[in-house]
Amino acid sequence: MKEQDKNINRREFLNIVGLTAATTTATLYGCTSKPEKSSVGNASLAVPTDRMTYRVLPGNEDKVSLLGYGCMRWPTIPSPDGNGDLIDQDAVNELVDYAIAHGVNYFDTSPVYVQGWSEKATGIALKRHPREKLFIATKLSNFANSSRENSIAMYRKSFEDLQTDYFDYYLLHAIGGGGMEVFNRRYIDNGILDFLIAEREAGRIRRLGWSFHGDVTVFDQVLAMHDSVKWDFVQIQLNYVDWKHATAQNVNAEYLYGELEKRGIPAVIMEPLLGGRLSNLPDHIITRLKQRRPDDSVASWAFRFAGSPENVLTVLSGMTYMEHLQDNIRTYAPLVPLADDDKDFLEEMAELIIAYPTIPCNDCKYCMPCPYAIDIPAVLLHYNKCVNEGNVSQSKGDANYKEARRAFLVGYDRSVPKLRQADHCTGCNQCNEHCPQGIDIPKEMQRIDKFVEQLKQETLPG
Amino acid sequence: MLRKIRLILAVAFISIITLLFLDFTGTIHAWFGWMTKIQFLPALLALNVGIVLFLLALTFMFGRIYCSVICPLGVFSDILARIGKAGKRLPYSYSPEMSWLRYGVLAVFILAMVMGFNSAVALLAPYSSYGRIVNNLFNPLWLWGNNMLAYLAERANSYAFYETEVWMKSLSTLVIALVTFLILVVLAFRNGRTYCNTICPVGTLLGFVSRFSLFRFTIDTDKCNNCGLCARRCKAACINSREHKIDNSRCVVCMNCVDNCQREAITYKPVWMERKKSDEKLEQTINLSRRRALSATILTAMASTLKAQEKKIKNVEMKKDGGLAPIKERKAPLRQTPLAPPGALSVRNMTQHCVACQLCVTVCPNQVLSPSDSLMTLMQPEMSYERGYCRPECVKCSEVCPAGAIRPITKADKSAIQIGHAVWLKEYCVVNTDGVECGNCARHCPTEAIQMIAINQDDKTSHKIPVINTERCIGCGACENLCPSRPYPAIYVEGHLVHRII
Repeated sequence: MKEQDKNINRREFLNIVGLTAATTTATLYGCTSKPEKSSVGNASLAVPTDRMTYRVLPGNEDKVSLLGYGCMRWPTIPSPDGNGDLIDQDAVNELVDYAIAHGVNYFDTSPVYVQGWSEKATGIALKRHPREKLFIATKLSNFANSSRENSIAMYRKSFEDLQTDYFDYYLLHAIGGGGMEVFNRRYIDNGILDFLIAEREAGRIRRLGWSFHGDVTVFDQVLAMHDSVKWDFVQIQLNYVDWKHATAQNVNAEYLYGELEKRGIPAVIMEPLLGGRLSNLPDHIITRLKQRRPDDSVASWAFRFAGSPENVLTVLSGMTYMEHLQDNIRTYAPLVPLADDDKDFLEEMAELIIAYPTIPCNDCKYCMPCPYAIDIPAVLLHYNKCVNEGNVSQSKGDANYKEARRAFLVGYDRSVPKLRQADHCTGCNQCNEHCPQGIDIPKEMQRIDKFVEQLKQETLPG
Repeated sequence: MLRKIRLILAVAFISIITLLFLDFTGTIHAWFGWMTKIQFLPALLALNVGIVLFLLALTFMFGRIYCSVICPLGVFSDILARIGKAGKRLPYSYSPEMSWLRYGVLAVFILAMVMGFNSAVALLAPYSSYGRIVNNLFNPLWLWGNNMLAYLAERANSYAFYETEVWMKSLSTLVIALVTFLILVVLAFRNGRTYCNTICPVGTLLGFVSRFSLFRFTIDTDKCNNCGLCARRCKAACINSREHKIDNSRCVVCMNCVDNCQREAITYKPVWMERKKSDEKLEQTINLSRRRALSATILTAMASTLKAQEKKIKNVEMKKDGGLAPIKERKAPLRQTPLAPPGALSVRNMTQHCVACQLCVTVCPNQVLSPSDSLMTLMQPEMSYERGYCRPECVKCSEVCPAGAIRPITKADKSAIQIGHAVWLKEYCVVNTDGVECGNCARHCPTEAIQMIAINQDDKTSHKIPVINTERCIGCGACENLCPSRPYPAIYVEGHLVHRII
C-alpha cells in the first residue's frame, strides 16, 4: 500500500484529505453474491451485487458495466485551513469500493475535474483494486493552453495521477465549443491527434474517442474523420429531455445517437440525469412517474432511458452520495429496458418539463471558480429549485406570493453566502466560454439579481 | 397590593424593552416602540416637551415611579439584586446619602450636555447603558439561539427562521457595556439601587423632584416598634429606621417597606394629610427646598432648551474546474465626512440627539450601522458599507430612534434624501486593474446616478467606466458595497454634513 504512493508529489498529495486513513474496505464487500441486510424489509431497497447489466459491443470486446462512474462530482469537505473545499478521500474510497463490489467497472475522470484533484483521488481509490478488471477513462483537457508541449505534459501527468501505465479509454475533451477553429487548434495544428493515434498503436491508449458538447458542425466533421482515424467510441449528452428538446446550442441526442449507431461507434452517455435536474422535478411530474412505477425512483426513469438503446456502452453518473450510487445500481442490476409506450410516456414528461423556465445548469462547475467569487452553480440551482417548487412569483397578486417570496429569499441566503450571490456579477464574461450547456451566465446572473431586487423591494407588478 | 402592581408593570416594561433590543426583525417596534420614546433622556434630547413634563409631573406627584417601573436599567438592577441577595432574609441596610457624588455626576452630565460632549452623556444615561448591555451582551446569545432554530428549520425544510450573522460591531462599545454591566452587578449585589442613587444622573434629577413629591412614605412613630424590617428590605437604602426618616430623593417607590411593615406603621399618602402632624419649621424647609428644586429643574430644562435652539439652527497550465475564489475582506475607505443615516438630517443633529442606546444598530438588517469608536461620538451609530448598503426598502432605524437623532421617514422620503455622494477611484476599478467589463455599480444604482461611458472616447467598443451624477446620487452605498474591487472599493460614498432633499 505504501509503495504505490511514492510517485505522487508529496505536497499535492496532502491536498487530498483523509489520505492516511485510506483503508481496504474494498475487500469487505467480497466478490461473491451475498444477501443484503436491507432486502429483509423492502425488496425494492435491495442492492444486488451480481446482477449488473454489462455491454459488449461489436468491435469492442470490453465487457463494460452499464453504470459507469463519473468522477466529476466526488464528495468534498471544508478545508481545515478554511479556504474552500478538499476531496474527502475516505468517502471516495468507500464509494469506489462499493461500486466495484456491485459490478461497476468503468471510471471516467479528467485532469480538470474537482479543482484538478479528481485524477489523484480516483487513482488512489482504484489502485486498491486489480487493474485488469477496471476500465479507466480520462481526457485531454487542454482548454487553457493547447500547445503541443502542454498537451503532452497533461497526457503524461494523467498516468502519474491515476497510477497506471495505460488508459482503457482516452478522450478529446468536450469538443464542439468554439467550432472547428478551436478543435483544430487543440488537436490538429499541434499534431496532438497524430500523437494520440501513435500512443494507441503503442498500447498506452486502448480506445480513442471524444466527448462532445455544442456545435453540430464539429460533431459531423469529426465524425467524418472516422474513416481515417477510426474512433473507438464517442461520448454524448443523452437523456429523455435532450433526446428531442436540446437546450441552447446543444444538439438533440436523437440525432447524435443515430449518427453513431449508423457507423457502429459505441456511445458513452453523459448527463443522463442532467446533473440531478431530472430527479428534482415539479411535484405533478414526480407524481406521474411514481404512479407508473411506484417502487422506482424518479432518477431510475432517466437511467433506464439512457441505458435502453443497445449501442450504449455505458451510462456515466457522477454520484456524490452513497444513496445515489445504490439507487443507480438497483436500476441497472439488471436493466429493465423501456417499452415503446414507456418512451412515449417519457416524451410526454419531457414536454411538461421544458415548459418550466429552469436554467439548464447541470452543476458541472466548469464555469468555476468565478474570479469575482460568485458561486454560479449554487445560484442557478437555487433558482431552478424555486422554479420547480412554484416559488418564483410573477406578480404580487399571486396566491402564494408571501410564502414564495420568503422561501426564495431565505432559501437564497441559505444556499449561497451573501458575498457569492448574483449581485456580485460584473459581467466580465470569463465564465461563458466554459459552459458546455451554452448558458449565458452573466445574463442569467443579472436576471436573477433583478428578480431578487424586485422581491426585496416588493416591486413586482401587482 | 401596590407592590404587586409595581412588580407587574416593571416586569412588563423591562421584558418588552429588552425584546426591542433583541428583535433584529424590527417587527415589535410597531406596537411597543413608544416604550423607548418615554425614556427620560431620549425624550429630553428629542425635545419631547410633553413627555419630559409628564415624567417630571409624575415624579412630583408620586415619587420616582419612573425609576422603579419605566427605567429598564433600574428594574434590571432590581433583578440583579434579587439574584445577588437570594436567600437573604434581611438583604439591605440604611446608608447615608452621598450627595457630593450624586450632584457631582449630575453636574458633569449637564455640563457635558451643554458642551455637546455627547459620548459622556451616552456613557451615563441609564437607558443607553441598558441598551448597550442588551445589544452587546445578550443580543449575540439571542441570535445564536435563533441561528440554531434556523439550522433546525433548514433541515425541516421550513422557512420560519432564517440565519442572521453575529458580528462584533465595536470593541470599545463591547468593553464599555461589559464594564457597565460589571459595575451594576457589583453595586446591585452590595446594596440594591446604589447605581441609581449615586451615579445615575436621571435618578439624581428625578430624586431632586421627588424630595418634594406630593405622595410620599411616612413612618407613624406611634405605631412603629423600631424593628427595622423596613430598612432591611429597602433596596434604595433610604430608610433610617432609627430616626424614622425616609430619604425621599432616593426612594424609588418600590412599596417593599409598606408591604413588609407588620404594624402598618409606614403609609404612602399625600403630604397634606400628614402635614397636620409636622411642625412649621419643617414646612419652611420644605418650601425653601421646593423653591430650590424648582429652580434647579428649570436650570436643567434651560440647558436642554438652549441646546434645542442650537439644534434647530443647524441641521500544467490548465483551468481547473470548480472551487471558489477566495474573498478578500473589505476595508473601509477613509471618508472625509462621516455618513449619517437618512432621517438624521445632519451629522450634527445625529451627534447632538443620539443617546447611543444601540436600538438602530440592533434593527439595521443590512449591517450598515455599528457603534463608533471615536471619542467625540463614542458608541453613537456610525454608517459604513463594508457588510451591506442602505437598502431602498428599509427605513428601520428611523422608525425606532427614540431620541430624534434619526427622524421617521418613509421609503419615498428616503429615495430623495441625499446623505452623501459617490466618488470613483480609477486606480482600483477592475476595468483598469483586470481589463474586464463590469458596470456593477451602475446596474445597482437605485437612482440611476451612474452612467457607463467608453474608457476610450474614440473607440466605442472599449470597456466602460462609470461617471457619477452627484446631483442624483443619494449615497446609499449600493455601488460601494457591490464593487468587485477588494479590499478597497473603486467607488465609495463621501458623506454630506447636512443632508439634502433632491
